Amino acid sequence: MSRIHVECKINGDDAEFLCDADESLLDALRDEVGLTGAKEGCGTGDCGACSIIMNGNLICACLAFAPEAQGGVIETVEGMADEEQLHPLQTAFLEHAALQCGICTPGFLIASKSLLERNPDPTETEVRYAIAGNLCRCTGYDKIVRAVLVAAQEMKQNPMKG
Amino acid sequence: MSVVAEDKKVKQSYKHVGTRPVRHDGLEKINGKARFAADIIKPRMIHGHVLRSPHAHAKILSIDTTEAEAMPGVKAVVTASDFPLPKKDEGFPHRPKNLIARDKVRYEGQTVAAVAATTRRQAREAAAKIIVNYEELPAVMTIDEAMAEDAPLVHEDLITKGIDPKEAKPSNIAESNFYECGDIDVGFKEADFIFEHEFSTEAFHQGYIEPHACLADTGKDGRSEIWCSSQGHFMVRSATANMLGWETSKIKVIPAEIGGGFGGKTTIYLEPLAVKLSQKADRPVKMVMTRDEVFRATGPTPGTKIHVKIGVKNNGEITAGKAWLAYESGAFPGSWAKLGKWCVFACYNIPNIQIEALEVLVNKPVNIAYRAPSAPMAAFATETVLDQIAKKIKMDPIEIRLLNAVEEGDYNHSEMVGTFQRIGLKETLEAIRNHPNYKIPLGPNQGRGIATGFWFNIAESSSATVNLTEDGKAVVITGSPDIGGSRASMALMAAEELGIDAKLIQPLVGDTEAVGFTDVTEGSRATFATGLAVVKACQKLVVQLKERASIMWECSVDDIDWVDGSAVHKEGKEPSLSLAEITAKAKKTGGPLNATGSLEAKGQGPGFSTQMCDLEVDPETGRVTILRYTTAQDAGTAIHPSYVEGQMQGGVAQGIGWALNEEYIHNKNGMMENPGFLDYRIPVASDMPMIETIIVEVPNPKHPYGVRGVGEVGIVPPLPAVANAIHDAVGIRLRDAPMSPVRVLAALNQENGTNG
Repeated sequence: MSRIHVECKINGDDAEFLCDADESLLDALRDEVGLTGAKEGCGTGDCGACSIIMNGNLICACLAFAPEAQGGVIETVEGMADEEQLHPLQTAFLEHAALQCGICTPGFLIASKSLLERNPDPTETEVRYAIAGNLCRCTGYDKIVRAVLVAAQEMKQNPMKG
Repeated sequence: MSVVAEDKKVKQSYKHVGTRPVRHDGLEKINGKARFAADIIKPRMIHGHVLRSPHAHAKILSIDTTEAEAMPGVKAVVTASDFPLPKKDEGFPHRPKNLIARDKVRYEGQTVAAVAATTRRQAREAAAKIIVNYEELPAVMTIDEAMAEDAPLVHEDLITKGIDPKEAKPSNIAESNFYECGDIDVGFKEADFIFEHEFSTEAFHQGYIEPHACLADTGKDGRSEIWCSSQGHFMVRSATANMLGWETSKIKVIPAEIGGGFGGKTTIYLEPLAVKLSQKADRPVKMVMTRDEVFRATGPTPGTKIHVKIGVKNNGEITAGKAWLAYESGAFPGSWAKLGKWCVFACYNIPNIQIEALEVLVNKPVNIAYRAPSAPMAAFATETVLDQIAKKIKMDPIEIRLLNAVEEGDYNHSEMVGTFQRIGLKETLEAIRNHPNYKIPLGPNQGRGIATGFWFNIAESSSATVNLTEDGKAVVITGSPDIGGSRASMALMAAEELGIDAKLIQPLVGDTEAVGFTDVTEGSRATFATGLAVVKACQKLVVQLKERASIMWECSVDDIDWVDGSAVHKEGKEPSLSLAEITAKAKKTGGPLNATGSLEAKGQGPGFSTQMCDLEVDPETGRVTILRYTTAQDAGTAIHPSYVEGQMQGGVAQGIGWALNEEYIHNKNGMMENPGFLDYRIPVASDMPMIETIIVEVPNPKHPYGVRGVGEVGIVPPLPAVANAIHDAVGIRLRDAPMSPVRVLAALNQENGTNG
């Protein structure tokens, strides 16, 4: 079976890879492109550890087929920080101890980034529902929710940082 | 918010301990660079896939791998015949029998064979071509089924341990534990009220988000390197070597970052398979479980059935406690019932106690530790009955606990404690009582529940090596995997000892050949015991640093103090010398500075947690919403308070999951029906409120900084706290967990409150 050639943009860079027709985008990112920041926690779209943004939409990379990325624009956790500085969400996660084991953290960061792009001033409840597709077993979500709220305030005050 | 013990003698002020620096491994974890087990790749790597049992209980009549071996890309196949049973018992005699099925499969998902092939797809497709002939056997899935007369036997030759004289017939009861003190009959005669009830809990999974994964590379020299995620890589080394019949030193284990464990990664599953496949194929072999495999083949905590009887006087004083506890252990014996026996009455002074605890085999995955293993189910029973008693005698639920609570000098019958040293149970109770949340008025269908919990914690072996660098920094290498911030606490203790900023410390987790033997990160032991090893190494370094300063100054070492990271001449004859100035000159004063600390730690000190749950019950649907949650836990001393809070909050959230949602569901044939996160529903962010987190600090006298383990006890009180709050809200007493909407609704539809 010949493999499919896919060209897309990942974290601002041109990228290309070969994949099988039924390969998940998550497997392609991890195995073909070498970006292992997105994790597989379930493979069924239930845990959010593989959250990425494709063409502006927050998706579970495990539920997309790799060939769907053709011509697309993909953002992963590896692209969140620019050369100069961390994304305010990353800073807030560090400063507010919003991670323990860290396996779910890339997914939470991406899901939270997507939320703040859509809703720059969320309430606590809005944050909780926006990240309800991401499972964390370590933290009880308390510090994650606080970090997202802090980052939202920070981005409102310093809009350039987002 | 922090509550500090009144005993000021043991409370000191620290410069670094108790601060909240950004964790040292944080950056890698927020930019996707941290390497977890499944992220590791090696040149020439191939992929392993496990063939698992489709039956809960069946004889294996034959296994034919011929067709599978001929499939494209296949490089190796292994079955039980590749793993002769080890001659030596490394403390877990059942592990090699569980890790690959031999005569029988004893649960759905048990490993039967494994294949390694060039691609994952090829390995998966080849595994499906292995022909296994089974003779299905009836399965026992519950304690009642397993204990019934003439029940099908999980092991045909198993005679109950702990009964004298020995039972004549084999059964599914692996072990019977008994404990007695005082006179139970006299105790109940002294009581004015006696309450007696039966409780049950389903099996719960640890639910770590990272599935098990490993990569093994076995060389022609008969040595193997394993990269994997575990709670203890020295355990992975010895357990894997044991199963392979190899010398331990032939295996090197390199710890990857661990994506959650909660006890579930205190054992091995894939590693011996990967090593053997790698040996046969002469290629590195990577194996990664799916979530389905994680649910069916690893983990869960025992389902239980617990009967508790408590007698009290009119004034609330407990006179007698009797408990019968049955813990599932899955398909091979464990020691969960014994732990339940240790914990069921541990919070209270009860003069007359009688406990029987049974370990019961069922056709489910072999149970493995889960955060304060066995304690939450025991507390569910005791703390719920105590709540009933308090209501009956119209006593405040905290008052009745304070009246009976253990304190320093009281006796604890668990083998891990004996007589209590300074402990903080009463302080946690008072912290909740004094918190404003205790007085917040509640509305209709809303209720408040109180419960407390005990966990004994463990200590075990730990090692640390500290290297001072030429530029005045300290590299702290320990053997404890960092499961939730322990690098930060190691760095803070090293900073305190050496007197330098925590930013100048680089904490690392060393592989099995880079640092001394260290036991598994379990029993809330890492910050306590591995912390002691770090402190010991740093104290040796301070001695060395003073000696080097004495050489540089040509004075007696007795004239030198170590103050805030610098050598100071007692009589002020020299300007002080910083650690960096001393290490910069190390070549001229005797060479590199480093030290190790190793110990078999003792004196871990038990943990106590008191929690308060406010919730609302929807009487139409049975749905329970947590409104507020307040937890107070004795941390001894919080080394990094943010990560202590994190442990406390995580324990609460998991406990709420047990209380309201989570459970293994099996069909009548013993097949798990909910092996995914959609149907095995752990709490999500929108299920939870913020958690009011009160760190109580009653320093442990057996640790230089007063540390006691904080990882586990937080999961003990939620089951009864939720149950008690549901009763407070709508008058129904739930004694079976999870208290899912179906059960709540069924209880509401019965007569309201008549059983409370």
